[in-house]
Amino acid sequence: MAARQELNRRGFLQVSFAAASGLFVSLYLDPKSASLAQEAPMPPTQSKVYPPDAFVNIRPDGKIVIQVNRLEFGQGVQTALPMLLADEMDADWTNVIANLAPAADVYKDPLFGMQMVGGSGSIAHSFQQYRELGAKTRAMLVAVAADHWNTTPDKCRTEASVVYGPNGKSAAYAELAGEAARKPVPAKVKLKSPAELRLVGKRVKRLDSNAKCNGSLKFGLDLDLPGMKVAVVAHPPVFGGRVKSVVDDEARGIEGVTNVFDIPLAKGTGVAVVADRFWAAKQARSRLKIDWDLDDVEKADSAELWTRYRQLGRTPGNVAVSNGEANAIDKIPANNRIVAEYEFPYLAHTPMEPLNTTVRFDGDRAEVWAGSQFQTFDQLAVAEVLGLKPEQVIFHTEMAGGGFGRRAVTDSHVQREAAAIAKRLRGTPVKLIWTREDDVQGGYYRPMHFHRVEVGVGSNGLPVAWRHVIVGQSLLAGTPFESFAIKNGVDATATEGTADTHYNIPNFHVTAHHPKVNVPVLWWRSVGHTHNAFVMETMTDELATRARMDPIAYRRKLLKPEAKKLLSTLDLLEKASAGWRNSLPRGHALGVSCHECFDTGVACAVDVSIENKRPKVHRATIAVNCGLAVNPLTVESQFQAGLSFGLTQLMAKGAITLKNGIVEQRNWDGYVPPYIVDAPVAVDVHIVPSGEAPTGCGEPPVPVISPAVVNALARLTGKRYRTLPLVNV
Amino acid sequence: MATYQLIVNGERREVNVDPSTPLLWVLREDLKMTGTKYGCGISACGACTVHLGGIATRSCIVPISHVGDRPIVTIEGIGQDAVGRAVQAAWVETDVVQCGYCQSGQIMSAVALLKHTPRPTEQNIEESMGGNLCRCGTYPRIREAIKTAATQLTKGGA
Repeated sequence: MAARQELNRRGFLQVSFAAASGLFVSLYLDPKSASLAQEAPMPPTQSKVYPPDAFVNIRPDGKIVIQVNRLEFGQGVQTALPMLLADEMDADWTNVIANLAPAADVYKDPLFGMQMVGGSGSIAHSFQQYRELGAKTRAMLVAVAADHWNTTPDKCRTEASVVYGPNGKSAAYAELAGEAARKPVPAKVKLKSPAELRLVGKRVKRLDSNAKCNGSLKFGLDLDLPGMKVAVVAHPPVFGGRVKSVVDDEARGIEGVTNVFDIPLAKGTGVAVVADRFWAAKQARSRLKIDWDLDDVEKADSAELWTRYRQLGRTPGNVAVSNGEANAIDKIPANNRIVAEYEFPYLAHTPMEPLNTTVRFDGDRAEVWAGSQFQTFDQLAVAEVLGLKPEQVIFHTEMAGGGFGRRAVTDSHVQREAAAIAKRLRGTPVKLIWTREDDVQGGYYRPMHFHRVEVGVGSNGLPVAWRHVIVGQSLLAGTPFESFAIKNGVDATATEGTADTHYNIPNFHVTAHHPKVNVPVLWWRSVGHTHNAFVMETMTDELATRARMDPIAYRRKLLKPEAKKLLSTLDLLEKASAGWRNSLPRGHALGVSCHECFDTGVACAVDVSIENKRPKVHRATIAVNCGLAVNPLTVESQFQAGLSFGLTQLMAKGAITLKNGIVEQRNWDGYVPPYIVDAPVAVDVHIVPSGEAPTGCGEPPVPVISPAVVNALARLTGKRYRTLPLVNV
Repeated sequence: MATYQLIVNGERREVNVDPSTPLLWVLREDLKMTGTKYGCGISACGACTVHLGGIATRSCIVPISHVGDRPIVTIEGIGQDAVGRAVQAAWVETDVVQCGYCQSGQIMSAVALLKHTPRPTEQNIEESMGGNLCRCGTYPRIREAIKTAATQLTKGGA
């Protein structure tokens, strides 16, 4: 801690990332290196020592409170991490309470070196950590009991929060906890064998269901503190605009409005309105008359951007990967060559709970409440705005209503706004609310992308040459992740899913352009895989159709033999969908896709018809290989529901567009994500049995669904769909 | 500001607010009942659904001055009702929720559906639940939970 206090923010970031860099890069961005680690049956033991008391509190009433070092925002980590710990600890599951941990060094991701949710890494990275914490806690409790009974720990056994000793002796964990806390933490512990596990691998229901079904669960937006004020901010109509002048008499005249003042934004400036209640603040904001200075800001325009992107895409970019001969495609006769261009618009995340953060600044300390995927960054950002050291900022992790990447922002712009407002209202807690309009229009979108693909087909129907250009803004340029993710001018998050394809293509050449555009961009659940999987899986399907081959058989033939995860999912998919795949009613068609990301392999088959000129997904069958499924019920749920998130990009109004710098959509009327009628009616999920280390399931559901659906549409209409959103079927 | 007498979950409540204030914000900020959620403010997502005079209503677009003497039931009170209890139980049993933010509204819409249509078809479900957005996409389990609750209720004769 002492060393950390002396570091400024920039220095601290460098130190944290340097410590984690090797693992960070290999696990997050380079699936090839990561797959080597998977040959070991379990991930290597982390060298860092985690004090059990920071994670487990056994209360006198027998309740066991487990700290979760991640944000819970639907993905189920608040249940799965406690399962890992409780299983090794032999805790009574019915008495386990999970708590979202505040920001602190001890809760940093063991591999990423910062406290965060991202890269589908929560279970993959904390699997060993939570198991060891449970086993160590158990060992300390058993040691105390053994001392009392004048016996040795190996003569004791544990079950449901009770230690049993020789001669019928027993003691509840709650009775032993006080003494156990004074025992030394064992350096090494033996973990359970698979056969000994009681919770891990079982379908365990979520711990947070009741509270989410009776309205009692408090999300960040539900926070209520004595004397709390509510703030909204008027943002410039064009990113980076600045307030020239503001007439606020009418706004101030609204009852309950207490303050109106300019604040700095991540880009440009805005006007904060503070009131006793949200409605007053929102009404007042709409009555501000602001003269904006927009002269020197670039006014992005979707139509102009497409023109620019198409031109760029027809020229080679920086090389992401080049196997074989770069220009082999030019030697392929024209009738064996396919040239295809794809367009993907900006997409907003629009999590159900609007963005919000509450801050109270007390001069020499501050307190923050936020549903954050990046606690470490957000805590530092608030500290910086308030002129405090990070340890002077108490940062509470609030339950969040979805996120999908939107709460993992390297510039912490929402927290900075909240801190700037709280700074002016010293001693008063202020809850900053981004309205849905602020969210839809506020940037931080999945970037627009253009792909141009030229494929040369061999006599066996398989591709022999593949030249691919990807155009899109870099997600990571200018962020602390830049040096790890951008190599040779290529941002790996833009090419992932193509550059690292598991298909065996002898002459494979991928390049990328990253134009700079005045629109803030951000990772959107599954990041680059959203567009790359679409291109790879629709083109592969086109090739399979051209070769008159079964879509599953074709993919199996094209995959590299070492793509074991994907091959296993195709095998399982073939079996699991056998009952319906080849006996569809008239007007229905099969669509297939497979994709590996975040080290998880997924294969998908859908039964699609066209209803009201839209795709109707009657059924989806999913096969997944995620190593050991810690909680198969959560894995199933993530896939059943995550498919709908992936379908966002097929919605007729699933696009953010700009005209002369201004975002054209305002709310969920102009930007329309999938509702129940747009979602798959039924999804059956099949998990490849595996004892390998667990890999993530938060993002892998997203990439497979839109190509699978479009592949089915192609069978129904004979058309290829390469421009999203899917306006016309 | 004006004073309004409300009946919320069977209890009389008095609030003093601006007449234009949507019912949603009166519930959340004046009555401190935060189970009803703000999602969009334009009745596009259904997260704010309550029962107003027995009808599933988007509380984000109902000014408090329009409520009148119609009783209000929110997610906090829906468990007092047999259908409400059955739906909540089916939701937990089916492990529907993920982030959970939309689920108050989903449950309120599902209860309204089952009160009028005890044996809903897939089409009834799509129509009644059609305005409730779930960004996590828990729709397949929502369908399943509604059917489970319907079976429970028709079996029990409620």
